[in-house]
Amino acid sequence: MNTPARRRKWKQRDIAPYLFIAPFFVLFLVFGVFPLGFSVWLSLHQWEPAAGMSAMRWVGLDNYMFALTDPWFHRSLWNTLWFAVVSGLPQHLVALPLAYFIQSRLKRSRNLVVGAYFIPYITSSVAIALIFATLYSKDYGVINALLQALHLPGDIDWLGDASYTKPAVAFVVFWRYLGWNIVLYLSALQIVDNDLYEAATLDDVSFWQQFWHITLPLLRPMIFFAVTLTLIGNLQLFEEPFILVDAEKGVAPSVMTSAIFMYRLAFSDGDFGTASAVSWILFLIIAALTWVNSRLFKRAEDHDVSR
Amino acid sequence: MSRAERPDTARYIAYALVAAGALLLVSPFYFTFVFATHTRSAIFDTPPPLWFGSAVLGNYDMLLERLPFWRNFGMSVYVAVMTTTLNLLLCSMGGYAFAVYEFRFKRALFALVLASMMLPAFLNMIPSFMVMQFLGWIDEPRALYVPGAAGALGIFLMRQYISSGIPKELIDAARMDACGEFRIFWSVVLPLTGPALGTLGLITFINSWNNFIAPLIVMRSAENYTLPLALRSMQSPNNTEWGTLMVGSAIAMLPLLIAFFFCARRLVAGLTAGAVRG
Repeated sequence: MNTPARRRKWKQRDIAPYLFIAPFFVLFLVFGVFPLGFSVWLSLHQWEPAAGMSAMRWVGLDNYMFALTDPWFHRSLWNTLWFAVVSGLPQHLVALPLAYFIQSRLKRSRNLVVGAYFIPYITSSVAIALIFATLYSKDYGVINALLQALHLPGDIDWLGDASYTKPAVAFVVFWRYLGWNIVLYLSALQIVDNDLYEAATLDDVSFWQQFWHITLPLLRPMIFFAVTLTLIGNLQLFEEPFILVDAEKGVAPSVMTSAIFMYRLAFSDGDFGTASAVSWILFLIIAALTWVNSRLFKRAEDHDVSR
Repeated sequence: MSRAERPDTARYIAYALVAAGALLLVSPFYFTFVFATHTRSAIFDTPPPLWFGSAVLGNYDMLLERLPFWRNFGMSVYVAVMTTTLNLLLCSMGGYAFAVYEFRFKRALFALVLASMMLPAFLNMIPSFMVMQFLGWIDEPRALYVPGAAGALGIFLMRQYISSGIPKELIDAARMDACGEFRIFWSVVLPLTGPALGTLGLITFINSWNNFIAPLIVMRSAENYTLPLALRSMQSPNNTEWGTLMVGSAIAMLPLLIAFFFCARRLVAGLTAGAVRG
């Protein structure tokens, strides 16, 4: 123990783990923690970056008050929530039974099918938005052509008429993340599979009754996890509406999410203070909704246990 | 397990629905490749083209005319390779430390790593732009690969793999041989983490390749654009050259489609690893 070489080794071993984790924490400090602190401070000031650091003026909570009373912000919040529900809920309503079906009915074609559903998730949102922009085109788009072929009204201005633009964008989001949710549910189903086999030996239990009474309750923790991920993701929705609908277009406000609103405040209007305030308000809303979501699931669980 | 039910009709309908859904999901990719072979005016025919045309070379020439396309492609490759290399090194280091050492504040620090994954990205958009400005990194590729060089997900993945897949005795034995700590990590542990490194590398590469918001905020000059930004810059409200744009999109998508074709299993397993940790 007392030879110098030994002592040196012990020391090295004590310091080593800190050196190994240092890169993460240094980066996290510089590009994570510090910017966040700075953003709080910024949200309490009025400032345009062009004017330099000295032009920063303390305004207290004015930025927050301004944002909270701004009708455009209200509109963006409404759009965000609308997208969260309309593109989020169907993802799970489709992914759950589909994952169950794939898991229990598909054997050889399984990887192919899962792969097909998953590809949109790993594709660039820009490439996706560009192809959908052509497919949605009013006079020449494939979607309208298809509708006409089916003798349905096929002259819809999908990305130009406010009442269609929102659902059109929501569909792209749904399309992109469906496979992700299927994969999440499949990974959970692999764990509960044994129970399923036992349950399936009971007579008179149909395929979908099994799903409803056995699989679904067992999947609850994963449903909670997946819904939470969708909620958090959709509340920060930015890329799909941002690329699909040009900001100059008349319908742009109807797909302006809060994240887009924040981006425009900062990078088009140069109002970094208010934009920072908006980002914190949005953060609090996401935190609150995530909390409510977890309470709802917990309540349902307690209810189940007491039954 | 299917004997108990009324078979056939209902089941075939279900198979057909699942197959139709899969086709519907991949059809936009099909149209990307089809439109890439048509001129703008052919795409805007009624009915739109459903099969491959012959305008692909013309579209390609116009793509090179409009964009410094291969330079943008190279920029995407450069940023993705740098991000991936750094993550493989730094995340395996971090994951290794959390997996094999006992040290003060270990639990708290690991909790911090996990918590950092929960932070919504938009919260950082404005202040990190200002940090880049302060550092003078605007329009510099390093602004894209340095901040995310040691991702929390990567540390988590590597910790899981090392703590369950690498025997502690091996590390002790190496220590007996008086190997230095970094030496143990580098020549004993790292070579054994191949599969985990593969998964992490794939995930990191894909995320970097598709990243849109970070380059949107920091990259300024067209020749420094990564592919997503470059493609978007070709879109205009009125006369977008769709065929040309689709050639660019198709080329941008191909590397990932090929990678996905070969590594789908590993990728999916890695992506959901965080989800099934229970």
